[in-house]
Amino acid sequence: MSETTNKWIGQNTIRPDGAPKVTGSAAFAADTNMPGMIWGSVLRSPHAHARIKSIDTSKAEAHPGVKAVVTAADIVDFPVDTPFPLGIQDMRWMCRNVMAREKALFHGHPVAAVAATSEAIAAEACKLIEVDYEVLPHAIEIDDALAPDAPILHDFIEFEGKPSNIAGTLEHTKGDIEAGFAEADVIIERDFTTRPVHQGYIEPHACLVSVAADGKATIWSSSQGQFMVRAMTGLLTGIPQSDIRAIPAEIGGGFGGKTIVYLEPLATILSKKSGRPVKMVMTREEVMRASGPTSGSKSTIKIGAKKDGTITAAEGIYWLQAGGLPGSPIRGAVGCALAPYDIPNGRTFGYDVVSNRSKVAAYRAPGAPIGAFGIECVLDEIAEELGMDPLDLRLKNAAKEGTQAVHGPTYPLMGYVESLEAAKAHDHYKAPLGPNQGRGVASGFWFNAGGESSAQVNITEDGNVVVTTGHPDIGGSRAGIANICAELLGIDYRRVSVLIGDTATIGFSNLTGGSRVLFASSIVVTESTNNVIGTLCALAAKIWDIDPEAVIWEDGEARPAGANAGQFPPLTLEELAARANESGGPIGAGAQINTTGAEGGFGTHICDVEVDPELGTVQVLRYTVLQDVGRAVHPSYVEGQMQGGAVQAIGWALNEEYIYNKNGHVDNPGFLDYRMPVASDMPMIDTHIIEIPNPKHPQGVRGVGEVPLVPGLAAVRNAIHDAVGVRFNDLPMSPPVVLDALDMAEAAE
Amino acid sequence: MAKLHISTTINGEPTEYLCAPDETMLDVLRNGLGLTGSKEGCGSGDCGACSITMDGRLVCACLVLAAEAEGSEIETIEGMADGEALHPLQQKFLEMAALQCGICTPGMLVAAKSLLEQNPNPTETEVRYWLAGNLCRCTGYDKIIRAVMDTAADMRGAA
Repeated sequence: MSETTNKWIGQNTIRPDGAPKVTGSAAFAADTNMPGMIWGSVLRSPHAHARIKSIDTSKAEAHPGVKAVVTAADIVDFPVDTPFPLGIQDMRWMCRNVMAREKALFHGHPVAAVAATSEAIAAEACKLIEVDYEVLPHAIEIDDALAPDAPILHDFIEFEGKPSNIAGTLEHTKGDIEAGFAEADVIIERDFTTRPVHQGYIEPHACLVSVAADGKATIWSSSQGQFMVRAMTGLLTGIPQSDIRAIPAEIGGGFGGKTIVYLEPLATILSKKSGRPVKMVMTREEVMRASGPTSGSKSTIKIGAKKDGTITAAEGIYWLQAGGLPGSPIRGAVGCALAPYDIPNGRTFGYDVVSNRSKVAAYRAPGAPIGAFGIECVLDEIAEELGMDPLDLRLKNAAKEGTQAVHGPTYPLMGYVESLEAAKAHDHYKAPLGPNQGRGVASGFWFNAGGESSAQVNITEDGNVVVTTGHPDIGGSRAGIANICAELLGIDYRRVSVLIGDTATIGFSNLTGGSRVLFASSIVVTESTNNVIGTLCALAAKIWDIDPEAVIWEDGEARPAGANAGQFPPLTLEELAARANESGGPIGAGAQINTTGAEGGFGTHICDVEVDPELGTVQVLRYTVLQDVGRAVHPSYVEGQMQGGAVQAIGWALNEEYIYNKNGHVDNPGFLDYRMPVASDMPMIDTHIIEIPNPKHPQGVRGVGEVPLVPGLAAVRNAIHDAVGVRFNDLPMSPPVVLDALDMAEAAE
Repeated sequence: MAKLHISTTINGEPTEYLCAPDETMLDVLRNGLGLTGSKEGCGSGDCGACSITMDGRLVCACLVLAAEAEGSEIETIEGMADGEALHPLQQKFLEMAALQCGICTPGMLVAAKSLLEQNPNPTETEVRYWLAGNLCRCTGYDKIIRAVMDTAADMRGAA
């Protein structure tokens, strides 16, 4: 498909779900009510680490207005010695995360839940539940959890033959690392830490569940996958998946944090027990204490290079916090860390470390920003040491088509070099800087994902189009799908309605995650639409009494393929739809495909900051995101992903962190003290879209959404170094930290 | 706790409701009156997703007691469009892709409308500070700020 013939692909069309979103009528998870509905509330552990000896719910059950109580005894147990993977999760940990089983593993861990006729009664009744805890010593930070005398969270986890809080490891190697360092003229080794950060979606987790008298459950909830909700709820409640209908509400942000369930299984059991629809909505405090975040980390990074900048060896060792149950994103950290570079000798190693924090959930390129941070910081230092421009150092070592990555794959055509060249040529990179101002650059990679998707494309009787797909639309994907379907059919995109089906109305579709939605759904929508076009051509052939091969589809109508096919006036989509019954009836087609060919994404960021030496504040003055997106089907929403990801990175770099007190409780479980970027903190975020079409996709699409978080932490940090000459190796670089470092640097002079 | 009887005007319509003394305006809007366009992101006045105006003043509905609304004029997102005719801000947000997930959008629009009523010609800095109480985690604010500035220019041109 050549650029010049595209009418809708590449257009900034108005999203199909636009009007409801700007008028307040779009139904998010907490916006739905039912007759007879009651409210659920969760009792949470007041301790960071405690054995649960017994739970007595009798007083709560006897409380007026209480209709049902749920504890771990009501939830299907998945024994710890039998792995039960579901996607990237393991049901052993999911069943213990939705409700504490043997132990409460973090402050805020659910212990029981109550459904009552009002939210207030449910909350009051929770207080009547008597839990006998044996309080245990806790470990919050990685070093606490790895200390020789650390409290062990799980006696079934062993590492190197001993009980341990190290729940897993992952290693990638390429070449001979020692030989590589031996060849280097310069070797730099540094230690880094990053703090856990929350996804920060503005919509708290919420659901409404109705289990009917026949045992069939209907779930309305905000998630990144209605099929995930169905599967996990089915497994945790024992209800067959065929008896669960999971309806995706509009989702108010997820960023990975809504790829698992928290409330749905509890509300399902409460509804089943009470015979009433049950609604549950987390408070912001519950979201902050018990959902997400991504891991905190520590790492040791060592890179060696020759005088001309050629990297001879690179090594990254990472420890990632998993929270109270195993499963930190070490794969993203160790897989993505060195991915942008063509390195002959490389090694990355990750440790999955449990401690008494809420279990981590996916967050936009899970693990990758952690992996990239130390690498991109050390590269900056090597560039300085060698007197090289940091972009030139990256260009010298950039991965390209045919490079074998340290994490394994050999790359196809992709646009990392182009992102570096575009950065170098950009006005931003040449703009002058003032006092206390500095500029930093960094790059990043994310795997991107394919996987299962389903779509159905139906032609209505009046000749319009309804497309149904199976992925919650988290940022405008319906607009991209409408553009593609309209392009293929040659009709105005406003004639294409795009809907998100529930688990009963569309085939299995994997999560909205991994930057996979537009990639995967456009493959199934393209196949379905092409089949519809085949049906339309066959219908025209029948009407004209010619061979179907002699009919072509052009500009929204069937035409004879050439003079030999005969002379017939074209038949439009409307005309064919009206005559559908003359040749076989309904016009529609579906596709269900396990999509492949997603291919990785690369980007480079340029950041300018100004540091206030009196206050320690860092103002981002200018920021540019340059990224190969394959094909921008809807450029505005592509830019939006790049801008939003960059700002999340800036928040992670400069301000966001959990403050734990000595009891192992989060002291800042709200938006006032957990400081995400606000409008007045930010400049405009410039974007530079590079389009190197993905050869394995019908429209050339690559995943876009996750890459923009990856380079940002180091871009900001490198800019601060450029401004004030101090290298910060620990995040966040919040005002007190910056001020202390500037004072120390001054004292040292 | 005896409920209080409150008479008020919401989006131009006379409205009466009963509320408990400790119930927030947001709870009454969402659960009592079915006006779920105002969202609860935090319940502590930090995210702005429940922004409404009371007698022309921009407030977080989660920080107002429902009982305080006696005799006041309340405007919510549901009152912003005129039937099918969207307010220029609503239209511009769609045209400029100033929303991704859309959960902050109602509050953002109500706050932006309130700004433009007081200051039809705001600078970028003024828009950013006015909207600093409205969190958006998706967009990085860029397209929101541009949409508000563009709408202001259009509305000045039309006036």
